[in-house]
Order: sequence, then structure tokens, then C-alpha cells
Amino acid sequence: MAALRIAVCVKRVPAPGSRINVTADEQSVDAANLGFATSPHEECAVEAAVQLADAHGGTACVVTLGPAEAEEQLRYAASVGMHTAVLVSAADGLNWDPQRTASALAQAISSVEARDGAFDLVLFGNESADSGGFQVGIRVAHLLGRPIVNGAKGIEITDAGITIRRPIDSGFEVYELPRPAVVGVKEGINLPRYPTMKGRLASKKVGVEVIEATADAGGQVRVRLRRPEEKASSTIILGHGPDAAPAVVDLLAELGVL
Amino acid sequence: MSCVLTIIEHDRGAIASGSLEALTAARSIADSLGLPLVAAVCDGSDALAAACAGYGAVEVVDISHPLLSDYGPEAWGAALSQLVSSRVPAAVVACGTDRGNELVAHIAAALDAPMVANALSIATGADEWAITRVQWGGSLLEDVTLRAPIKLVTVSHHANDMAPAPAVEARSTFSPTLDPALSRTVVTGRVERAAGVTLTTARVVVGGGRGVGSPEGFAPLEELAGELSGVVGCSRAVTNNGWRNHTDQVGQTGTRIAPDIYMACGISGAIQHWVGAMASKKILAINTDKDANMVTRADYAVIGDLHQVIPAITAEIRRRRTA
Repeated sequence: MAALRIAVCVKRVPAPGSRINVTADEQSVDAANLGFATSPHEECAVEAAVQLADAHGGTACVVTLGPAEAEEQLRYAASVGMHTAVLVSAADGLNWDPQRTASALAQAISSVEARDGAFDLVLFGNESADSGGFQVGIRVAHLLGRPIVNGAKGIEITDAGITIRRPIDSGFEVYELPRPAVVGVKEGINLPRYPTMKGRLASKKVGVEVIEATADAGGQVRVRLRRPEEKASSTIILGHGPDAAPAVVDLLAELGVL
Repeated sequence: MSCVLTIIEHDRGAIASGSLEALTAARSIADSLGLPLVAAVCDGSDALAAACAGYGAVEVVDISHPLLSDYGPEAWGAALSQLVSSRVPAAVVACGTDRGNELVAHIAAALDAPMVANALSIATGADEWAITRVQWGGSLLEDVTLRAPIKLVTVSHHANDMAPAPAVEARSTFSPTLDPALSRTVVTGRVERAAGVTLTTARVVVGGGRGVGSPEGFAPLEELAGELSGVVGCSRAVTNNGWRNHTDQVGQTGTRIAPDIYMACGISGAIQHWVGAMASKKILAINTDKDANMVTRADYAVIGDLHQVIPAITAEIRRRRTA
């Protein structure tokens, strides 16, 4: 098998668990006092790429669409083992609609492939934790003319191609794809490693290739971001400690689940 | 004549509850546009057509092709795209499940059309629609306008009711022309776990968080869940610690649950966990911290140590059953 080439597309998102506030103009998330991270499904895609590159002797490239600050996510990916990095540069890219994002990513991937050769596998997260459009990976696959399966929780590379395991409620579905292909990954496929000191030092030496993003806006146009109304609720305290058990069982009986 | 087309999901013949939500939302859109409601089913059946008619579909299109006898995102996506190109509906609606979002995304990509995922509310208009959609699993909202000749949307799962509206359906068939190469992404096999209640189907879920303390600490939760024919879930902190399999995680990047009751034990209630639990009909939090996010948002709470409270609940259930 020729050396495996893998690419992973990641998105810079506010660190999960943070309280998200909206800017005064309601057009984006207020970045003041927010930490940023790689969206969770994609963190696992990076780990999957590193594991596959190690196992099959290949190289893995991390790609992101965003402002200069998104380099932080590229460096982090490099510190856990990604070999090369591409910033598809757009100052407001994190707020772009999914059609526009996919178009810019596909163009960038195509230009890298034209120069360096096709990626056997391009990985995406199933959806981003913030905007959750559920479509960028699928759009890029169509633009590149490649098969795609989303929601993967298991990826195996064989001589024949790529075997994917995807959970459904009652078990797993198994898919077999030819190479080159695109796969959307879900958190749970692996447990991402933490960077080592050695990895952090090595990541400083990884050059970030910058490609200007050019793509037209799509048909989904943001009017505003806003927080949902906090529903005023009062919690009924059933009791304290084990003495509350009878009240709990009364509730269960009332709900018909006993 | 134009129509509002709804994509129906089924697991080998049994209609998915999400599709009933989609039909309900689509009927409301169809009424506002003065158009008929049409259901599209890959690998359909009489029973599925009747189920669709029960929710207002006046026409059910059975899409048939050998490649559609099992699920395949590209094959189903290509078949549906051809149906859309041939019928030119005003809108295509599906439920925002994994499959629903995936199928509508394939149609959107094939047509190079915009797609709005996980809508909470839709206001139709002549040219553009005003849609409120979900961000961060529901803890942030985005208002958007959708401009396109064919409006592609999915509706947020569990966000809307299902309302039956009996109609009499006309049946039609659509036979797409599918590239045999699309078999590359058709399911080649299944690994079925033992049949039984799962996190998504359970009426009772007992969840454990960091407060449980260890993998072994989940044993009393398993016992309680067993007494109630329920299932054990957990928070992201638990799976990140490697205490339980990711398949047990309740959360935005785990599983969204919708049981009759969710008992959240030793769980602080981070936003992404809340998002996975909020479709539960009732939530009972068991926590030593009365100010924990989970406690303040729950319907009911017991303030105390789960290691004492859970066994006490199990004992009380058994006591009443034998009494």
C-alpha cells in the first residue's frame, strides 16, 4: 500500500461547558473571557487520524476554516501527532453558513491534493458543537466526488478500502467504502490523547500553510443569535437523604413506571 | 402541482416516531402554503403508508429500487434527490435525527441548495422563510432566513408534538435510476446487540456522574434501573474517566434521551449534559449540592448522598412489591 494520506477538518469552537453570551449586535458569540477548543467530535477525528497514520505508516494533515486565532487548534492537533496543517483563512469564517464553509474547504483540499496527491481519507466531525448544521462533511464529499458515511464509531483501513462501524439503536451497521473516501466521526470512537511535552515542542516546528478562503454566501442567512428564555421553574424537593425514599417511590408510582 | 414532501424513516418497516413529528410539522407548513402533504418512503409498505396517512399525508410515494432494500445514505440520498428533482416540491421536511439530517444533507449537496437543520419554529413566506434553529444542542438559538426555490429543513427531534390527522392516502411509486456504484455505502452487515431496552427507548433512565466515584460505584444504579426495567446512563465526565462506555453517555455528543423519568445522580448538570437530558418528561436530581445546575433545573430533587439514597429507593420499591 502506498503511504496513507489522511486529512482532518476541524472547527474552532468555544470550549464546551462555557456559558455562551452573544455580542451586542447579536451576530456572533461573545469571545471575551471564553476559552476555545476543537469541537468534540473532531478532537476524536484527529486522534483517529493519528492512530491510523501510525498504524499504516502515513501522514495526517489538519485543516481548519477560520481566523488567524484558529491556528491555536491547528497547533494543538500538531502537538498530538498531526504532521502538517492548513489554515483556510477567513476573518469571519466561524460565522459562515454551511454551504459557504463546505465550498471553501473543498477548494482548499482540492488545491492541496493537486500539488501533493489525493487524500485516501478525509475526516470530519459528524456535526460541530456550536452551529450543528450536520452537513459540511457531506457537502465536501459531494464536491470532491467521494463516498461518505457519517456517525462512524469505528474505522479500519484494509487493502480493499475502508470499513466503517456505525451505531444504531439496536447495534452496529457495517459499511465498506473504496478509497478515496470521506468519513464523519462521532465522539466515542476513541479517547483522545493529551499532548506530551515532546509533542508540544514538535508542534512549534509545524509550518501552517495559509490558503485564502473564497466562497460565496449560501441561502441560509443569520438574522441573530440569542439565548433561549430561561423558563422560571421551581424544583420540588422530595426530601433529604435516604428518608426521601418513600416520596421518590410515590412519584415513580404516580408516573406509572413502577 | 407543488407539495410539501416529508421523508419517512423506518427501521425495516416500523415507522420512526421522529417521522411522526416531521409529518406533524410538515402538515402545518403545507396548510400555511395551501399545498398537499406528501410522504416519501424508501422500501415502503402498506403499513407504513397507512401510518403516514394517519398523520395527514394525502399521497404516499413508495420509492423502490433493489439498492434501497437496506439503508444506504448515498443510495437513499440519490433516490430522494431524483424524486425532488422530478416533483419539484416547495419544501422537503425530515426529522432532525442522524439519518434525517444525513439524508436531507445529501439532497442539499446534490442540488447545491441550502439546508436548515434542527428547526424549532418555521414561519413560511412567499419567497423566504423565517426559521429559529438550534445551536449548542439547544442552549443557544439562531434566527435565520432561508432563501431557496426548494426549502430543505429538518425539525429538531423531540421539540414538537406529534398530532394525528387521519387522511386517505393515494399511493404512487417512484423508481429512481441509481448508479450501481452507490452500493459502496449500503449497509453490508449488522451487529445486533441483545434485544432489549436501550438508552433511547427506555422509559426510565438512571444516570450517574462524577459523584458516583468509580466504575464499581454504578452497581446500585444498575440495581435500581433493573427494578424499574430501565437503563443506566452517565455524564461525559464519567466516559472521559473511562469508567463507562461512551454508548452510555447522555449528552450533546452522546445520546439524547426522552424517558418518562430521568434520575440524575451525582451529576452537576453541565450544559452539554443538560441538552442530552432535557427531552425527558420528568427529571429527578439526586445530589448533595442543592445549587447544582441539575438540581435547579430538575422537576424534583433529593438533597443527599446518592450512595445512601439510591439503595434506600431500591429497598423501598422491593418492600412495597412484597408487601
